[in-house]
Amino acid sequence: MAPQTRKAAIVGGNRIPFARSNGAYARASNQDMLTATLDGLVARFGLQGQQVGEVVAGAVLKHARDFNLTRESVLGSRLSAATPAYDVQQACGTGLEAAVLVANKIALGQLESGIAGGVDTTSDAPMALNEDMRRALLAVNSAKTLQQRLKALSGIRPGQLVPEVPRNAEPRTGLAMGDHAAITAAEWEIGREEQDELTVRSHQALAAAYDRGFFDDLVTPFLGLTRDQNLRPDSSLEKLARLKPVFGQGADATMTAGNSTPLTDGASAVLLASDEWAAEHDLPVLAHLVDAQTAAVDYVHGGEGLLMAPAYAVPVLLARNELTLQDFDFYEVHEAFASTVLATMKAWEDPAFCKDKLGLDAPLGSIDRAKLNVHGSSLAAGHPFAATGGRIIATLAKALHEAGPGKRGLISICAAGGQGVVAILES
Amino acid sequence: MSDWYRDFANSGFGTTITKQLGLPRPAQLRRYEPGQPLLPGPAVVGSAGEGRLRDEVTGLLRDAGVTVVSPVAADGSTDGERLAAVLLDATGLTGPADLAAAHDFLAPALKRLRPSGRVLVLADPPTGTSSPAQAAARQALEGLVRSLAKELRSGSTANLVHVPLGAEGSLASPLRFFLSGRSAYVDGQVLAVTAAELPSAADAEQPLAGKVAVVTGAARGIGAAIARVLARDGAHVVAVDVPAAGEQLAQVANEVGGTAVALDITGDDAGPRLAAQLVARHGGVDVVVHNAGITRDKLLVNMDAARWNSVMAVNLQAQLDLTQALLATDGALKPDARVVCVSSQSGIAGNRGQTNYAASKAGVIGMVRSWAPEFAERGATINAVAPGFIVTEMTAKMPLGTREVGSRLNSLQQGGLPVDVAETIAWLAQPGSAGVNGQVVRVCGQSLLGA
Ligand SMILES: NC(=O)c1ccc[n+]([C@@H]2O[C@H](COP(=O)([O-])OP(=O)(O)OC[C@H]3O[C@@H](n4cnc5c(N)ncnc54)[C@H](O)[C@@H]3O)[C@@H](O)[C@H]2O)c1
Repeated sequence: MAPQTRKAAIVGGNRIPFARSNGAYARASNQDMLTATLDGLVARFGLQGQQVGEVVAGAVLKHARDFNLTRESVLGSRLSAATPAYDVQQACGTGLEAAVLVANKIALGQLESGIAGGVDTTSDAPMALNEDMRRALLAVNSAKTLQQRLKALSGIRPGQLVPEVPRNAEPRTGLAMGDHAAITAAEWEIGREEQDELTVRSHQALAAAYDRGFFDDLVTPFLGLTRDQNLRPDSSLEKLARLKPVFGQGADATMTAGNSTPLTDGASAVLLASDEWAAEHDLPVLAHLVDAQTAAVDYVHGGEGLLMAPAYAVPVLLARNELTLQDFDFYEVHEAFASTVLATMKAWEDPAFCKDKLGLDAPLGSIDRAKLNVHGSSLAAGHPFAATGGRIIATLAKALHEAGPGKRGLISICAAGGQGVVAILES
Repeated sequence: MSDWYRDFANSGFGTTITKQLGLPRPAQLRRYEPGQPLLPGPAVVGSAGEGRLRDEVTGLLRDAGVTVVSPVAADGSTDGERLAAVLLDATGLTGPADLAAAHDFLAPALKRLRPSGRVLVLADPPTGTSSPAQAAARQALEGLVRSLAKELRSGSTANLVHVPLGAEGSLASPLRFFLSGRSAYVDGQVLAVTAAELPSAADAEQPLAGKVAVVTGAARGIGAAIARVLARDGAHVVAVDVPAAGEQLAQVANEVGGTAVALDITGDDAGPRLAAQLVARHGGVDVVVHNAGITRDKLLVNMDAARWNSVMAVNLQAQLDLTQALLATDGALKPDARVVCVSSQSGIAGNRGQTNYAASKAGVIGMVRSWAPEFAERGATINAVAPGFIVTEMTAKMPLGTREVGSRLNSLQQGGLPVDVAETIAWLAQPGSAGVNGQVVRVCGQSLLGA
C-alpha cells in the first residue's frame, strides 16, 4: 500500500511533425506514426531495450485492425517487449487523459515510469462499407452452399458500393464540430478579426519557436517532414481576411479554414516518471503534473456549446488547488477553433456565466494574453485529435522548465461529445 | 557499398582479364571483426642496428597471441607458414650504412608476406638526434616505408612509427592498431608517439566500455559508421546531427543503443547546450568526435560569401567552439578525454574548387597541433583524422568516371569505407592511445594526392 501520493514528473516528449490530411503521411498508418514517435522518444532518452511501466495511448479514428494499437506499436518499437500497454480514447482529450492516467498510477506508486501518447490519421482513416453492403456481405459470409452464396451476392446493388467516409460530425446532432463552434461563436459574439488575430499569433509563435530551436528536443522528423505542414510563418491578417467562412451562416459566419484547425495526421508521446526513476536514469524533470479535471456539458439538450466543457472543468480544478485563474505563468488553451479559445476566455470573464453556469460568486477573470499559447498551438501546428494532448504537455513542460522552478501552467483541451480535460503543470 | 571493379578483378574471369591487360587488381582488405585474432598468421621481428624495441615488441606480439618466427633466411626459406606481419626495429640506426641491414631483413621476408600483410617499421624521430648521419638514416626510413607501401600488393600496408626514447610504453596501442584489420585503409603513414601515463590494460574486445562518446554529424555516412564502431567497442554514443536529420539520427541512436541529440552545431549556444546535456545526462564525456562537415564547392573566383562562411562555420569554427565550451564547462570533458577531429585529404593536398573546404580542413590540423600540449597536460589527447576517398552515399552520386579514377588513385587501388575512418577514430579514442597526441592520421590508402 502506498500511504502517500507523489507528483508525476514530466521528463520530456516527442512528436512527429504534424501533416495535413492526405499530405506527407497519406500512406502512414496510426501504428506507423505511433511507433516512429515512440522510437524518437527512445532515441532521445536512451531507452533502447528498456521496460517502462506502461505505455498508454490512443487514437480517435481507428481501424478494426487497430484494436491493440498501443501494444502493437510498443512491440514494433525499440522499447522492451516486456512493456505493457493499453489504449484509451476520449476524443480530442485522449492524449491528455492518457497522461493523467499514467501520472495517477505514478502518483499512487503503481508505476515508476510510463509513456502517454496519442495518434491520429485522417488520411489513412478507416472507411466503412455502407450499412447495406455490410449486411449483404455478412449474408454471403454465412451462406452454407454455393447456391446460397450466389443468391446472397446477387442481392448486391451499385448503391451499396458507396463507402461511408468518416465525418468529423457529432452523432447526436449530425452537425460538424465547426458548425457547433460557430453557434457558440455567434452566442458569444466572437468577431472575425479577433479570430484571425489569434490565428496569426499562433503561426508566428510556432514559427519563432522552431526558429530558435525550441522544438529540437521535442520533435523528430518523419517521412521527410521536418516541421508542421500546416505552419504558415508568413501568415497575416490580410491573407486570412481573404478566406471565405466555412462554418456558420450569413453575416454571423466568421469561421474560415484559416481560423479553424485543419484535418491533420500525427502522433505524440510524453515520458512521465517518478522523480526517483528520473534521477536513477540521469534524466531531467521538466515539470510535474499537479492535478487534472474533466467535465462534460449537455450540448444536445442543455443549451451549452459543444466545446465549452473546459470552461466548467477549470474552476473545479482551480478551487481544489486553491488557485485563481491568474496564478499561472503559461496558458495552453487548445485551439480547436480560434473562436473556441476566445469564447472560453470570454465565458470566464462573464459575471452571468460564472454565476449562473459555474455557480461562482465572481467571474474567474481574464487571462494575460502574453502568456497564452506562447509557442503556438493547434491553429498553426494542426490537430491530429489524440496527438494534441501530448504536444501540449511536452511543449508546456519545456516552457516551464526554461522559465525556472516554481512556474505554473494551465492546460485546457475541449473534446467531441461535449467534453473537456484540463490540467495543471508546475516546474 | 559495393566495389564492382574490385569484385570483378577478384573473380576467376576477372583475374585473367586484369592480369593480361595489366589493370589494377584491388584486393579485398582484411578488416577488423570482434573476436578476430590480431593477425591471421605469424609475425617476424627484425632489426637494423642495435635497437631497443625488439624484445618489447616480441613480448607485445606474444601477449596478443601472435606466433613470432625467426627471420627469413636470405634464400627465402622459412620454417613454415607465410607471414602476416613484418616488423623492423630501426631504433639502432646510427648512420646510413645501417640501413643495409633493413634491406637484408625486409627483402626476403616480404616475399613471404600474405595478402593484407603488415609491414611496420619502428624508429626514433629524426629530430631527436644531433648527429646529421643518424638523422639522415632515420629520415631515410620515411622514403623506404612510403615506397614500400607503394610496392606492396594484395591489400598489404607499410607504416612507420616514431618512438622517442622514454615513450616505449606508448607503443602498444599503435602497434596493435597497425597490425590489426582496424588499419585496413591506413597506408604509408608516419605516426609519432610520445611518453604518456597509460591506464591499466582495458578489455581488448571492449576498449571503450563505460565511456561516453559524442559524435557530430552522426545521422549518416562516416558519422553513422563512427557511432556504430564506438558502440561496438563499448561506448555509449551521444549522436548529434541537425534537427532536420532527426529521423535518421534517431535510427542510428536506436541501432547503437545511444542517445540522439538534434542540434545544429553552428547555433549560437550549441556548445553550452551540448556541454550542459553531457554533464546532466551522462556525467561528462570521454570521447568527442568532430565529424560533421559540409562541402560547398566553387572556384574561388566564383565563390560567394555564403559558401565560404557556411563551410568555415561547420567544419572549423564549430569544432573550435564546441571544444572550447566543453573545456569551459565544469565536469563536461573528462580529464583523460580523447578528442578526434575529422579533417580531410583536401586539407593536406588542396583540391580544385575547394578553397573553402580545404582551408577549413587544414585549419583543423592547425587547431589540433596547437591544443595538443594543453591536452597532454591533463592526460587527454586531441588528434586529427584525414580521410581520403571514402565511398559514401555522397561519392556514389559522382559520375562513374570521376568516381572510378578517384577511388583508384592510391596504393590500395580502391576507395576506403566509412568503417575504415571509424576504426581509426575508435583506436585514437582508446584509453591506451594516451601516447598518440597532436597527430594527423590519414585514412587514404596512401593516396597519390598530397602524399
Ligand atoms: N566522404 C569522404 O570521402 C570524405 C573525405 C574526407 C573527409 N570527409 C569528412 O568526413 C566527415 C563526414 O563526411 P560524410 O561523407 O559522412 O558526409 P555526410 O554529408 O554524409 O555527413 C555529414 C553529416 O554532418 C551533418 N551536419 C552538417 N552540418 C551540421 C551542423 N551544422 N550541425 C550538426 N550536424 C551537421 C549532416 O547533417 C550529415 O549528417 C566530414 O567532416 C567530411 O568533410 C569525408
